[in-house]
Order: sequence, then structure tokens, then C-alpha cells
Amino acid sequence: MTEPGSTRSSPWMMWLPALIFVGFLGLVAYGLRNPAEREVRSALIGKPVPEFALPPAAEGQPGLSRADLVDGKVRLLNVFASWCVPCAVEAPQLARLKAEGVDVVGVAIRDRPEELAVFLARNGNPYSRIGADNLSKVQFALGSSGVPESFVIDGKGVIRYQHIGEIRAEQVPMILAKIAEAGQ
Amino acid sequence: MIANFGLAALWFAAALAALQLFAGGLGVYRPGNPLGALVRPVAMVQGGLVALSFAALIWLFCVTDLSVLLVAKNSHSAKPLLFKFAGAWGNHEGSMLLWVTVMGLAGAFVALAERRLPERTMLATLASQAFVSLGFYAFLLFASNPFTRLNPAASEGQGLNPMLQDPGLAFHPPTLYVGYVGLSIAFSFAVGAMLTREVGPLFAKAMRPWVLGAWIFLTVGITAGSYWAYYELGWGGWWFWDPVENASLMPWLAATALLHSASVLAARNALRTWTVMLGVVAFSMSMIGTFLVRSGILTSVHAFAVDPTRGAFILALLAIYIGGALNLFAVRASTISEGERFALTSREGGLVVNNLMLSGALGIVLVGTLYPLLAEAMGTKVSVGPPYFNPMTALFVLPMLLVLAVGPLLRWRRDRVARVRPMLLAPALAGLAAGLMATIAGLKLLPAAGIALSAVLVIASLLPLHGRNLRTVKLPVWGMVVAHFGVAIALFGMASDSAFTRERLVAVNPGQTVAVGGWQVTLKQVEPLAGPNWTALQADLTASYLGGSEIALHPQARSFWAPPQQTSESALATRWNGQLYAVLGDRSEDGRWQLRLWWKPFVTLIWLGGLLIALGGVLALVGRVMSDLRRSSAERKIAYRRMRQGR
Repeated sequence: MTEPGSTRSSPWMMWLPALIFVGFLGLVAYGLRNPAEREVRSALIGKPVPEFALPPAAEGQPGLSRADLVDGKVRLLNVFASWCVPCAVEAPQLARLKAEGVDVVGVAIRDRPEELAVFLARNGNPYSRIGADNLSKVQFALGSSGVPESFVIDGKGVIRYQHIGEIRAEQVPMILAKIAEAGQ
Repeated sequence: MIANFGLAALWFAAALAALQLFAGGLGVYRPGNPLGALVRPVAMVQGGLVALSFAALIWLFCVTDLSVLLVAKNSHSAKPLLFKFAGAWGNHEGSMLLWVTVMGLAGAFVALAERRLPERTMLATLASQAFVSLGFYAFLLFASNPFTRLNPAASEGQGLNPMLQDPGLAFHPPTLYVGYVGLSIAFSFAVGAMLTREVGPLFAKAMRPWVLGAWIFLTVGITAGSYWAYYELGWGGWWFWDPVENASLMPWLAATALLHSASVLAARNALRTWTVMLGVVAFSMSMIGTFLVRSGILTSVHAFAVDPTRGAFILALLAIYIGGALNLFAVRASTISEGERFALTSREGGLVVNNLMLSGALGIVLVGTLYPLLAEAMGTKVSVGPPYFNPMTALFVLPMLLVLAVGPLLRWRRDRVARVRPMLLAPALAGLAAGLMATIAGLKLLPAAGIALSAVLVIASLLPLHGRNLRTVKLPVWGMVVAHFGVAIALFGMASDSAFTRERLVAVNPGQTVAVGGWQVTLKQVEPLAGPNWTALQADLTASYLGGSEIALHPQARSFWAPPQQTSESALATRWNGQLYAVLGDRSEDGRWQLRLWWKPFVTLIWLGGLLIALGGVLALVGRVMSDLRRSSAERKIAYRRMRQGR
């Protein structure tokens, strides 16, 4: 038995930490150079929402299914979780959107009812419906890989816009424009 | 005037750091050069000057000098004095000045106290410390000057973030900073030892007390920070895997591994390359954490003013220091000999497992913290939360803790499991019993494993004392036992909190009573209340546990007016077996008040355990320093006697 990272046998191993660090530098340099949110067009834009039905995630509020999204009204579907920090950052913007008359529906990812209740009590509850997506099935079906993400869905259940990352204060008018566009 | 003085002191300190680097370099590469003798005194004066500069900033905050931009932005004349004082480091510039102050003072203390290492290694170490300081001085002076004037002066300051107006803030950041900037000493020792090829037991012994000291502060800082977040944020949780929390956890994991591997190197002259590597990694994690938090490339609840040029500046510093040290490591590691060999079943073997598992956990936290960035580079944006961190870190930490039960009982070099097996019977039985009960109670896997393991550890951590005369047990051994016992206690608190917490979220009228986990909580009334710089609605609650006597609780919904912000002040009732946690929410349209109540059995053990871990560190440090002092005074006596006999 020798020590971990045994030295004499493989001197090139000693460059490994430096190599990993170079990778780290590259990654964060990239992160610094691209601070702005980029719009990524999802492959699902223009396609109908896949079939799904989620049980209620919060006490006293209905769950969410595809049938709820095809009644002729434009909606903002927000994929979120109580354990996600950017989701809390995003909450005031969702509240503003709701105040502007937008119907916001939620999909809670891998969440627990008691934690979700705390999150909603603290950050406000802009959602008219919240579905519990405990296995991230619907999330993946929507082409979303992270939280938070928001989808503008028109009255026929077609995805018109996908917003990746939290909605920032300055992006609220843009989201409202996308919703108005989807309503035409 | 005071601001000018502070800025001048900062410039002088920076100039002295440059001199320290230059003179130290000469001393290393031209042995016998007279400038080498300057290094220690210069390090001490540099530490003194930067401390004066920091004192000047604190003074400016205490008198609310509004001709200084930083004060005008972050303070307010109507703030209580304690928060004016603490406001000095509750912002980016001030906390960076605290950073270089800790670096300077740490270098000064090493220059003053460390006499064990060969002088050439000491010069290399102090030159390295000066080199790192120099970068941060440049960062302060060119990109984050805390003494920038505001002309004309503001008539009133903008105030301090109310979230930070808590006595906890006065002590939490400085404690944490002493901890993770103190690790810069380990970094410099490692660089100095590599430069002069002196990686051996002496290097480990010289470095150990400094690492131990920094680690104690880090442990206390993280524990206090966790408690602060718990009662100040009003979310009822004690750890959020927030990037800022991770930024303090990563250096702690590395420093914990470093402490253990340094003790192998000191006692057995093994794990040489590994120890040097960890010395570099620990402080690198401090710098990386600071960069991630300050550059604003990750979203965090701890918002610092974000500035991309600052991010680029710190990134350049990282590239120079971490990149330089890792290159030095790559070049020199192959010349460091392997050290003594040992069998897998030995004290060293146990400590290697400890090191690998801590490093694994460190990797998990680092990847999780960086993952959102990685995903963004790939074109998606994600937030990685507890569903990733909890099971993944447990994967490394739980096996490590199992080895912790056995490792301290093993002998150095080579041992047999059969020898210690009889001793392990009691902890194994305790673990089985606890695990069985947890399973019958229907607990989930992680909490059940945590409770079983904590039962094992509570007994096993005390076993190194078994069969020994307690009066002759050395302090560092007591330190180890207390720290490991603290781990068991904290683990039990964490498992209990996640398994047994009961929560109620209700809307009630005054006079109504709510039951939560054995408590009866009655809302009597809600009253307005005025504080020095806030107004609040305060709920008057009475709570009784299992029909016992009534305790009054007063959670508040506070509105600060400078700057305008709402916070909720939770109220806690602490019993020996847990805490009742109450938060007052909004008033609904029908006049009822939202109340959030948690009963958290044994949650306080988390922080008690953390403090015990730190106390273990203190005992070990006192033991080491005392034996060092005894040895050096004995050596002096011998040298004195020889001198007299020689005559």
C-alpha cells in the first residue's frame, strides 16, 4: 500500500490538478464573458404540449394537466422548485406578471408539499394551478432540463416561447409581449 | 483625514509586501544576502499597517463619515452603533480590506513566532505570502478602493441591508474570514516547502498549528453562519447549498483533510505529496469561493454588488496564484520522495480513507456549485439543489464516518482488525439497535442511516480513551475525541431534524390555538411596535409543551425604512429536546394572521456538535502549542548549559 497519488511511478499524474484548474479557468472565463441571458429556441417551440396529468402539489390548489392548457386562454407555465434559489429570485417578477393579468401555472419539480408551502408563503403564490412533477417527467417532456424555466403556451396548448433561467425584472415587458403575441 | 490616513497605510503596506517578496526571493536564491534579514521585520510592519488601515475604515463607519462613498452607500447615521461598526465589513470593499488584513496579520504572526523551519524555507514562505497579498492589495487599490471620496458629501447614508442588521453579522464574517484567509498560511508553507524542497515532518509540524487555528475559526464561522441563516432568513432550514455556503464549506473540507494528512506526515513522514497538494488546495478553495461569490456568475441569496471588471481581476489573480502553485506542484512533486510505507489496516490507512472521502465530498460540492455554469456553457440554465447535494455528499461522508469509528483505534504502520474487533462490539450493537428502531419508525433511508451512524459514533468516538488513565491522556488526543464526538452529535441533530420535524402553516384569529408536535400555540394578539430604525407587527404567542408551563414568543414582521425592506424575525423556544420555531406571515383579507410553526426535535444539536468540533480543535491547538513551547524552552536550557560548560 502506498500513498494516494503515488509519485515516482507516474509524474504526469502530477499535472492533473493543474489541468483540471485550466478547465475551471476556461469555464468561468466563459461565464464572465457571457453574463447575459441568451435566448435558446427549444425544439418544442411551435409544437403542442405533450399529454400529461400531474397531481396537485400544494394544499388547496388543483394540479395541472394538458387539458387545463387548451381552453383558449394564453398561459405562462413556470417550472420551479422550492429548493431552487433563482426561483425565489424570480418570484417578484411572476407576481408582477400575475398583477398584469397573466394566468400563471406551475410545475413543481421534485418537491415536498411542506417545503413548497413554506416557499409559497414566503415568496408569494402567483400560481392558479400547481402540478407535482416528482420524477421530472413532464419537465423533460417539455424540453426543459433545469429550474426555473417558463413557457408561454397559447390557447390551443402550443408552446410559443421558452424562457430558460429566471425571469429578471427587465425581462417582464418582453414576456408580456410574447404573451400578447401568442394571444393573437 | 482618517480616510486619507487609511488609504496611505494601505499603500505603504502594499509597498512593504513588494519589498518582502523581493527580499525574500533574494534570501532564497542568494543565500547569505543581507536583505534576507529584512523579511521578518517587514512582514510584521506590513501586518501592522494593513491592520491600521482596516481600523481607519471601522472608525469611518462608526462616525458615519459621509464624505466617503462606501460609508454613504452602506451606512446610515440612525443605525445602532454595533451595526455601524459591523457595516465596515458588510460590503464588498470593506470585506476585501478585511481579507488582506487577515493575510497581513497571519504573515506577521508567522514571522514573529515560527522558528522551527530552516530559515531559507521560512523566507520562501513569507515571500509567497507577500506575493499573494500583493495581488489582493492591487485589487483593493485599483478596483475596490474602500476609501474613495464622495464630493460633495451625502446628507444621509443609504443604510445597511436589514437582513444584515443582526448581532450575528458583527461576528460571523470576520470569524469566517480569519478562517479561510488564514489558510493562506498553509498555502504559503506548501509553496515555501516545495520551492526549497523541504517537504517533510518538520514542514507538517510547523504548518499544523496555523492550519488548526484557521480551521477552528472556519468551523465556528460555518456553524454560526448556519444558525444565523436558520433564524434570520425565517425559512426554518439550516443549510441551503447556496453558492456562498458552499464557498465556505469547500475550504473547510480541504482544511479538514489537510489537518488529518498533516498529522500523518508529522508523525510518520508519509503522505508527503498529498499533504502539499492539500495545502495548496485549501486556500485555492477560499479564493475560488470568493471569486464565484463576488463575480456574480452564480445566483445566490447573498447578493454582493456585482461588477464584471472585478470578476475578471480576481480571475486573473486565481490564474496567477493557483495556476502558479499547481505548476510548481507538477514540477516538484516528482522530486518529493514517497515517504514511509504502511499497510492498509493502520492508522495511516484510516486517515487515507478520510482524505479520499473528504476530497470526494469536496469534488461533489465543487461540481454542484459550478454545474449551473457548466450547463449554461452547454446552452441550458439550471439550479442544482438538495436533491443532488444531499445524497451525493452522503455517498462519501457516511462511509468516511464508518471508518472514523475504527481508524483512531488502529496503530500506526500496521495493525489487525481482529485486535480492535472486541472494542467495536458496543458501537456496532448501538448502531444496529438505532438503525432497527429508525426502520420500524418508517424513516427514509438517509435519516435512518444518519441516526444509526450517529449511535455508532457516539460510543466509538470515546473508545480511544478506553482503558487509559484519563489524567495522562494528552490534550491533542482529547481534542480528537471531542471533535469526533461533536461529529456524532451534529450528525444526530441533522438526521433528527430531517426525520422528525413537524410543520404547520395556518391562518388564525387572535385567541385561536394551534397544535404542532406536542406543542399548543395560542395567538393572543398582534401589536405594532417601533424599533430604532424599523417598525414591526409583533405577534404575542404563548406556547406550552405537553401541557407544561406557558412560554411567550414574539415573532415579528419588520419594516425597515433605510433602505425600505421587509424582514420576518422568527421567534424560537428552545428546550433540551428541540426548538419551536415561529414566524409571523401576512394578514389575510378576512383578518386572520398567517402563522408558520415548526417543531424541530434535537435541531440544536447540529450547532452544538459544530461547536464541539471546534472545541476539539482548540484543545488540540493548545496541546500542540504548549508542547512546542516546553520543547523550545528545554532546548534553550540545554544550549545554555552547554555554553557554560564549554567555558
